[in-house]
This record gives sequence, structure tokens and C-alpha cells, in this order.
Amino acid sequence: MFEIVKPGFFFDFMKVKWYAITFSIILLLIGLTSIAVKGFSYGIDFSGGTVIQVKFTHSVKTDEVRKALKTIGLQNERIQSVGQPQDNEFLIRTAKSEDSMKGLSETIKGTLEGYFGEKNVQIRRIDMVGGAVSKDITQKGYLSLFYASIGILIYIWLRFDFRYSVGAIAATLHDVFVVLGIFSLLGKDMDLTVVAAFLTLMGYTLNDTVVIFDRIRENVKKQTSSNFDLASVMSASVSQTLSRTVLTAVTVFVVALVLFLFGGEVIHNFALVTLLGTIVGCYSTIFIASPVVLFMSKEKAKA
Amino acid sequence: MNKFKFTGLGILAVVIVGLVLALPTLVQLLTPYDLPEGWIGPKNEVKLGLDLQGGMHLILQVETEKALSSSLDRIAADLKTQMIAKRIRYAKVERTAEGVRVVLRDAGDETKLADLVKADYPTLAEPTTSDEQGAVALAFAIKPADAKKVKEAAVTQALETIRNRIDQLGVSEPSIITEGTDRINIQLPGVTDPARAKKLIGETAVLEFKLVDEEHSQADAIKGDIPPGSYIAYMKEGHEPMLLKQETLLTGDMLDDARVNIGSNNQPYIAISFNSQGGRIFERVTGDNIGKRLAILLDGRIYSAPVIKDRIGGGKAVIEGRFSDEEARDLAIVLRAGSLPAPIVILEERTVGPSLGKDSINKGLLAVGIGGLLVIIFMAAYYRASGLLANLALVLNLIFIFGVMAAFHAVLTLPGIAGIVLTIGMAVDGNIIIFERMREEIRLGRSPKMVVEAGYKNSFWSVFDANITTLIAGAVLFQFGTGPVRGFAVTLCVGIVTTLFTVLVMCKWIMEWLVNNNKIERFSI
Repeated sequence: MFEIVKPGFFFDFMKVKWYAITFSIILLLIGLTSIAVKGFSYGIDFSGGTVIQVKFTHSVKTDEVRKALKTIGLQNERIQSVGQPQDNEFLIRTAKSEDSMKGLSETIKGTLEGYFGEKNVQIRRIDMVGGAVSKDITQKGYLSLFYASIGILIYIWLRFDFRYSVGAIAATLHDVFVVLGIFSLLGKDMDLTVVAAFLTLMGYTLNDTVVIFDRIRENVKKQTSSNFDLASVMSASVSQTLSRTVLTAVTVFVVALVLFLFGGEVIHNFALVTLLGTIVGCYSTIFIASPVVLFMSKEKAKA
Repeated sequence: MNKFKFTGLGILAVVIVGLVLALPTLVQLLTPYDLPEGWIGPKNEVKLGLDLQGGMHLILQVETEKALSSSLDRIAADLKTQMIAKRIRYAKVERTAEGVRVVLRDAGDETKLADLVKADYPTLAEPTTSDEQGAVALAFAIKPADAKKVKEAAVTQALETIRNRIDQLGVSEPSIITEGTDRINIQLPGVTDPARAKKLIGETAVLEFKLVDEEHSQADAIKGDIPPGSYIAYMKEGHEPMLLKQETLLTGDMLDDARVNIGSNNQPYIAISFNSQGGRIFERVTGDNIGKRLAILLDGRIYSAPVIKDRIGGGKAVIEGRFSDEEARDLAIVLRAGSLPAPIVILEERTVGPSLGKDSINKGLLAVGIGGLLVIIFMAAYYRASGLLANLALVLNLIFIFGVMAAFHAVLTLPGIAGIVLTIGMAVDGNIIIFERMREEIRLGRSPKMVVEAGYKNSFWSVFDANITTLIAGAVLFQFGTGPVRGFAVTLCVGIVTTLFTVLVMCKWIMEWLVNNNKIERFSI
């Protein structure tokens, strides 16, 4: 039998809770500071604008593309090379949308064809989002996060008692904000697929937590004396499910890594959120969810 | 037959149905071949989203305010003629934001005008009377319900017109639907020339015939002295100004057909024919104005202004201009399809070229392949024979996802493929939970039968709860997501349902069958 966690393994996870919580708070503070100071870099879904993905048949430098676009008054636009260097592929992003400029994508296409030769330019993708639509999308994004949280909250509430719900939600929010913070620090673009990734992250990290809670409940039921030590039951439960927690984290991490490496430009940020989510989710399941339930229980005991 | 066997047969039936449903999609995605001749199963495969097959997605907004405004313009112009006919003398008629305002010369005409409007213009509300430098002014506003009707009609007509135009563009399976009050959502799979499609959809295409004002000096008009009832329009080519009469004699509404012909100088021109009413008007107009110039305008620009040489019967005319072949062809399409009741603006555009779509499919399938393979190797190495069972569940799970999606005509997008890849990683979680539990039971020295029973019983709710939380997130995403992201929600949700089936029903049954028939003395787990 192949075992990453030996049978009978026990580690007193509740004992190290303060280290974990301190570490998490530092992580959250860094992230929140970045969100407050630097904010997010929004993709065109939320900010409006145009993204054009263009491929050249020969090697072209970013500066040349910039120079070509200067001729039609597009300056300070973001031009970024994507894929492998030999792909000669670029993303051109401008804040303008066709609300304000009729036929912008055609103008850009014509300009690049004029500069590099008609046969050497291939427009692979045009995404244009006008102001009115981006407002809608932003609203829908917030609403979906809101409703998903409410829905999950209700489910957890139905299946577990209040203390566990708080623990599960604390762990979920912890993961969402840690990854949001990292996202802000890295300056990656927020768009609709990223919001989808965050919703998935919420689902996944809860999934992870729920399994441990189930085990804690089961072990609590088995206790014969009424004044058992909840902390050690928790540590035992986390220890017993540790192999599963790690194994699942590994499989999900592996597929997220595959997506990140092979999925292509469009879902790059989506994959990044999932990748970070598996690491943070695994950590919070082990170190954050249960201690919160423990605190809640102590408060209850005092009262 | 006992319950256990019955369950087994049910599972087998589900597996067969799933395989049959998924087959067309698997053949399409993984092989260069078509379904074999004589295949009697379902033929529909999973539809690919625009991001995978290439194409164009547009969200348009119909400027309904402008439709209302031009409707009020027509009412104001009509009212003027009516007042003259009814001998109601007015100082001026002006357009207000929500209606028409008439300043009367004679206060005594007030009731006469109010009655006229009440009888002939049911969309206008009761007037509000005010005093303007001693004269009586009546302001008629359009009733809110009627204003709404005008706007709605504009959207409906725009939808109809755009549909007609796209039909002529030859796109297979276009989707054109209204969204909200004034938006139109268009999906055009496989469009190769997005610029042309956009131009064809966006052209207002209002065709008008007006007389050239030759009684007044055009030079004076350009300097700013424009005679009443006339205005300056510009030629399409060269932008030369020309003084035209404001009155529109005939519009494109009365067209029957428009075709491209090639003239003697190899220049394409458009031959139009009017319907019977339009033909009569055209005959009268040309007969009354021999020797004068008739300007043909499209969207306010003059295409040509030929001299009327003779009365033209038969309702046929030609539009000339220096067209390219494609321009002429598209112009004929928009004339045939009719004009848009109001201008439209593009709110959102997403165009994916076919080569990028193909790349995305390949990258997606590669990710599914590598991800799947790594997880399969991992499971087999870690759990041995039981791992193989989990892998069987995983493979069937993937097949079921395609089968369910094909059955429900769901759309597969690139984020959707990402959802499938994630499902691969998360689906094995169910079996991991169960197998870990079984290992614990084995360590307690239980018999194989007990191990299976306790293993599944103790982990059922964990597996179930864990999947439901993700399902909730997926359902919300489905509700709020658009396009590609919705495709992600679909595969995520479908993947969870198929995972629950394969793990909690199928694998459980196989495990139970193995221990019930004493096939297992020691677990390979």
C-alpha cells in the first residue's frame, strides 16, 4: 500500500493555530493593502474597451507595433506579446470602444496591414465592450458572487450547525481574499472568466472543508464522556482526513497546472486563480476552518 | 430478480445511453471521420461555442429615442398640411422633446385645432395651452403608452430587418434575439469577414427620392442663405454640396426588389423596382417634373441626381454610383431587406477567427488529455486495482459529460473545456474520500463486505455535500454568466452530476458486486 500519510498519524493541528492565523493575517494584510492601494487591473469586460489579438507571419517587435499604431493616434495602449516568441502573436488593448470610434477594429487592422504588409497580418480575435455593457457585466459579476455566497451559506446552515457554518465561511472568505490579494499584487486582469474561477474556488475550498467537518461531527458523536477535549478531537479528525486533503489537492493542482501551461491565453488568468486556489484552499482547510469552529465553541461554552 | 441486480441493469442502461449520446461528439472532436453510414443512434453532437468554431457575437442597441423622434417629425409635417387643408392658420409648428407645439395666428382656432388632433392623431394627448406674445400656443405631447409602442415597434422592426439581411449573407445557424428593452443579441457562427457583416447589419439604409432645388441659387445657400423648404445635402463621392427640396417624394419602403446589374462601362449599378403603389407615385413624380433633377439619397447622402427625361412607368429605376462589386451587392441586400427604423450602435463585439478557434480546441483537448492521463496514472499508482476502478469511472464520467451536453443541446466553449479539465481533478475526489475510508476500515481488520459497506456509508454525505457546494456556485454562474463563461458553468454542473452518478452509484455497485460474489479476499487499494 502506497501511503503519503502513515496510518495512525497524529499531529496536534490546533496547537499551531496561532502561527497559522498570524501567517494568514499577514498574508491578508499584504493582499488587502495591495487591493486598497493598487486596486485591480480590470479587463475590458469590466472597464470597457477593445482587445485585438493579432498574429504576424514574421518576427515583429512590440515597439514596431506601437509605432504602427501611433499613426492613427493610438498611444499609451497596452501591447503585449502572447504565447511562444516564435508565434509572433500580440494582444493590443485600448480603452476606446466603438461607442466612441466607429470601426476601430477595422482601422487597426488596416493600419497594421499597411505597415507590415497585407499578407503578413492575421486578426485572430476582436473583443469590444462598450460602456453600457461593461456596467451590466460588472453588476452581474457582483451579483453572482453575492448569490453564490448566499446559496452556499444556506446549504451549510442546513447541513451543519451555526458554528461550523461560520468556520466554513471564514475559510472560504480567507481563500477568496488571499487569492484576490495575490491577483492585485501580480496586476493580472480581472474579467468574467476570472470571476467564474473565483466562484469555482469558493465551491472547491468549501468542498475541502466540508469533508473535515463531517469527520469532526462523526468523531464528536463517538465521544462517550460529555467533557471531551474538542481541540484534540479536531486535530485527530484533521489528521485522519489529511491524506485525502492532500491527495485531492494534488490532483486538482495537477489539472490546474495543465490548464495554466497548455490552456492558452484566453484562460490563463482563470487557470492562475484555480492554481492558487488549490494551494490556499488546502491550507485553509487544515489550518483555518477548524480553529474558527473551536473559537466559536469556546465562546458558546463561556456564555 | 432482486433489487441489486435490478440496480445493476439500470446502471448498464445509463452507461449505454451515455455512450450512444456521446459518440457523435467524440467522433467529431477526436477523429477526422464522420459517423459511419447507417448509424441509427442520435446524430447531434455537442455544439461548439463561437470561441471554438470562430464567428462573431454582437450586442446592438436600437436608438429607440430617434425612432420616436422621427415619428414625431412625421406627425408635425402631416399636421401642417392638415391645418392648411382645414384652414387653421398657424404662426409656427415646432417639435418639442415629447411632442408638437403649434402657435396659432388666430386664438379662435383653438378648439378647431384641438378637435382636429383629437380626431386624427389618437396618439397625442390633450393639449396644454400657453400664451406666446399674445398668441395662443398649444403643446401636444405623445401619450406615454404610445411612445412606448413606437419604441417597441422600432426594436421589432430592426430585428426583422437585421434577420432579413443576415439571411442574405448566407450564415448557417445565425441566432438573432432581443435582449432587454432595446438590445439585439446576434450570434453569427463562422463569419469570415466581420467588417462586412457589421457594415451590412449597421447600415440604416433609408432610401429617399428628392427634387433638386434649381429655383434658388446654390451658391447663396452654401454661404448660409438657405431658402425655406430646402436644405443642403452632399454627394457620396467627392462630398460636393447640392441644394435639395426637403420634401421626400418617395422612399425605399415601397421597393419590391433590388438587383445588381453591370452597365455598359463595366460599372455595377442597382436596378430597383417599386411595388404598385410606389410605381404609381414614381410615374406621377417623373411625369410632373420632366427636365428637373431627381436626387437619390441613401442615409442622407446623394448617390446620383439624374435629369428626368421622361415620365417613367412600370415602376423601375436605377441607382448609379461608383460602386465596387461588393458594395453594390451589399447595397442591393440592404435595400431588399428594408431600412432600419432607427440607427443602431454596437455595444459589444466578440469576434474569433477560425484559426484561433481551432487552436483553442486543440489546446483544450491537449489539456484534457494530459490532465486526464496524469490523474489516471496517479490513481492507478496510488490505489492499484481500486485506482483502475476509479479510472474507469473517470473515463465514463468524461463520456457522460459529452453525452448529456449533446442530449440537451448545450454549447461547449473554451472555459467549458477548462471546466471539464477541472472536473477530471475534482471527480476523483469522491473516490479518494471513499478509498481512504475503506483503507481505515481495512486497518480495523474488517471483512471485505464490511469494508465496502462502512466505506460507502460513512463517506456518502461527505461526497454529496462536497459536490453540492460546487454545484451551487455553478448554478449561480449559469444564471449570471454570458457566452463562454456560461459554457463553463454548464460543464461544471453537468460534471458534478455525472461524478455523483459514477462514484456513488456505479463504483459502489461494482465494489459491492465484487465482494458479494467473493471475488475479493484482499483489497488492492
